[in-house]
Amino acid sequence: MDPIAKSLKERSLSAKIETRGRLITQLCTLVIILLVLAIFGFVATKGVAIFIQDHGSLVDFFTKTSWSPEQTDIHHRPLIGALPMIFGSFAVTLLAVLLATPFALAAAIFMSEISPRQGNKILQPVIELLVGIPSVVYGFIGLAVIVPAVQKVLGGSGFGILAGTLVLLVMILPTITSMAVDALKAVPRYYREASLALGATRWQTIYRVVLRAAAPGLMTAIIFGMSRAFGEALAVQMVIGNATLMPSNLASPATTLTSVLTMNMGNTVMGTTANNALWSLALLLLLMSLVFNIVIKYLAKRGELH
Amino acid sequence: MKAKKIDRLMTGVIYLMSAIIVAILIALLIYIFGAGLPHINWHFLTGAAQSFRAGGGIGTQLFNSLYLLILSMLVSIPLAIGIAIYLSEYTVNQKLTNLISSAIEVLSSLPSIVVGLFGFLIFVVHFHFSFSILSGALTLTIFNLPLLVRSITDALQTVSLNQREAGLALGLSRWETVIHVIIPECLPAIITGIILAAGRVFGEAAALIYTAGQSAPPLDFTNWNVLSLSSPLNFMRPAETLAVHIWKVNSEGLIPDASAVSAGSSLVLVIVVLLFNLAARYLGGKLYKHLTGE
Amino acid sequence: MKRYFKILLVVIFFWSLTACSQTHQQTVTAVGSSALQPLVEAAGEKFTEQNPQAYINVQGGGSGTGLSQVQQGAVQIGNSDVFAEQKKGIRTQEISDNRVCVVAVVPIVNHKVPIRNLTLTQLQAIFMGKISNWQELGGPNLPITIVNRAQGSGTRTIFEQQVMHGRPTKKSSEQDSSGMVRQIVKNTPGAISYLAWPYLTKETPALKINGVQVSINNVANNRWPIWSYEHMYTKRQPTAATKRLVNYVLSDQFQKHEVRQMRYIPIKAMHYQQDSHGKVTKIKAGE
Repeated sequence: MDPIAKSLKERSLSAKIETRGRLITQLCTLVIILLVLAIFGFVATKGVAIFIQDHGSLVDFFTKTSWSPEQTDIHHRPLIGALPMIFGSFAVTLLAVLLATPFALAAAIFMSEISPRQGNKILQPVIELLVGIPSVVYGFIGLAVIVPAVQKVLGGSGFGILAGTLVLLVMILPTITSMAVDALKAVPRYYREASLALGATRWQTIYRVVLRAAAPGLMTAIIFGMSRAFGEALAVQMVIGNATLMPSNLASPATTLTSVLTMNMGNTVMGTTANNALWSLALLLLLMSLVFNIVIKYLAKRGELH
Repeated sequence: MKAKKIDRLMTGVIYLMSAIIVAILIALLIYIFGAGLPHINWHFLTGAAQSFRAGGGIGTQLFNSLYLLILSMLVSIPLAIGIAIYLSEYTVNQKLTNLISSAIEVLSSLPSIVVGLFGFLIFVVHFHFSFSILSGALTLTIFNLPLLVRSITDALQTVSLNQREAGLALGLSRWETVIHVIIPECLPAIITGIILAAGRVFGEAAALIYTAGQSAPPLDFTNWNVLSLSSPLNFMRPAETLAVHIWKVNSEGLIPDASAVSAGSSLVLVIVVLLFNLAARYLGGKLYKHLTGE
Repeated sequence: MKRYFKILLVVIFFWSLTACSQTHQQTVTAVGSSALQPLVEAAGEKFTEQNPQAYINVQGGGSGTGLSQVQQGAVQIGNSDVFAEQKKGIRTQEISDNRVCVVAVVPIVNHKVPIRNLTLTQLQAIFMGKISNWQELGGPNLPITIVNRAQGSGTRTIFEQQVMHGRPTKKSSEQDSSGMVRQIVKNTPGAISYLAWPYLTKETPALKINGVQVSINNVANNRWPIWSYEHMYTKRQPTAATKRLVNYVLSDQFQKHEVRQMRYIPIKAMHYQQDSHGKVTKIKAGE
């Protein structure tokens, strides 16, 4: 055959590399999909066992307050009232986000609107370092500093929702801040210029224009912070007191889903009622993070329409 | 006039709140340094840990942490880059992309204990990797991937479409455009993402307790035989990391100087993360210059 | 990318090598009870000194983990604070029990509480929530803060069996490790909890029970009422190295030095025995 025709008909080296590259990326994606499916399947099958195998009541799970899976009630159903944990998890998460958001927004505004240069030089590394401090260390500082402080101010043992909130606050601050900065930076420059040209002050521009335009992105940042707070285990567990009780005030011992899970997993035997009950908590956590995710996706979509 | 006053007031408030964040970090650092610095000396940094006597060091744990980090990064970075390229460059189906990225995000909000137990049942028990660096590294990969994929995808997406079109117009294939044009362009962002993930991995304890284990056989740094248990390179040996060590001496340790060891280890952990950040910033800048020919 | 894959391949290659050779090395993995962990670690260190070829890998994880892992054959030794019969879901006929020593559980209080002696009934009343202020026991006006261990943990199971006798404990703060319990009792005025004796330090004063102080002799004669066995469960047919390790732990030399030093009670010192229901009987001479 004509060598020119031959070289034209054959796939070029470039095309081969292209195919191979594509294949590699597809394989990588396949790996993670399998991994996700495996984990989901694993947690889901383990998580529903308490309801199917051990005849736990789903209504009890969300409404009752006594958690003692090894014992059964008069209907021979295990006692799996998870309300204290669910309440505790939501309480610390919401409070922490409520307290962290103003600070995170202020820092984000500072970095993107007021002084990007100082922001990049000082706040950026600060935020990165705060992310880098391991949760074990946060837990111990909480134990050594925050718990005694709460004890002095509010009395009681100092362990409880408030101490958990304060520790979480510092832990999710960097997450919310860095995502909020991205959201603010995505607002086109001409929005600001238009507003300033109309005679608005910088604060008016920030408050009326930039924050509004970035609202969906900021909401995403907040929800993301929430999902982080919801899943955090070690640090909260150290300061919240771990009592499966409905807390009577901010400084009375409470507990969260993650701390019950972390604390009791090693003491139960795989496949027993007590163990299955714990996996149902893990499943709940997984479902919650799914919900957070759907909300984030929804907000992001609404943001695009603007 | 009122608007101007409010403007000044709010600027002040924002300065104040930002200052508070900086103050929190400084207070944290002062606390960590104040508590840890008196215990740090050469012996502490290089010595072997003690199980029930005072005066143990953290040399082995420090090495284990670094080695585990490197191994897990070795697995997760190529995987994450592959996934990110697929998600941002190859998929045409937006719904599929959304589904995959949601799945990955949900993975990232799983509590680490659940990931740890999954790793334990799969790698340690089922695949018979036993308590080892390998089990730990693979578990950490599960932990790591969502963060990495997310940050690398974001980084790839910051590169403007023009660059891709220019690449394709020059006759480069899509793959070549990604490798030679887009990745070099956003490398600093990728590296920042990697450091942040590395920081989180370095401090992770809960996922490792059941996978890499809580005991550290003493290492012999002259032994480079990968098969020997005392060789630092062996990745089938159990390896307690620094974060796990902090957790362990505080919760189940019998050593009388537990608080000193944990304070010192915390400080070392924070310093290493700090060094990481500095080094990676420097490296990122250098690489960017090198690859873009600026 | 390409370079990464090559490195990955090399890594996988070496791993398969090590995985193969691993079976020839004598590794004994012991998992479970954290109360027993330090002792087994110490035994492992000494044992490896004598048998350089063997490596003892000791992990915590809780008695439940230890028992279920040894039953599945994932590990060679399952350390436990409780009899396998006491844990639901364990097939006891597949594993064999080695009682290696006895551990005492000691009630502790915050140092600001002046009380140093309680009767067993008083202790029970406190943990049931019947007594909620130190005043009722002749102390200062200070509310009692109960700190418990996690449900199902070995130390708590011992405490509930020997002190509560099946009566329900008041719901309260729970902690998952001895270290945390100690730290919290140290920092919280009016706190009361309990620790395995090896974990006791001067930071948290120990209580006498019915005027008896914890000591090896008092436990051996059952004058100290809260004690239980530490078990190292193995498969019915343990590997040679596993058997040697268990024998080493039971050897006179180890029992007389390390066991005593770390404040466990040597198994041979006991004059009383306990069954899995917590029933205590005197060991007859010659038995």
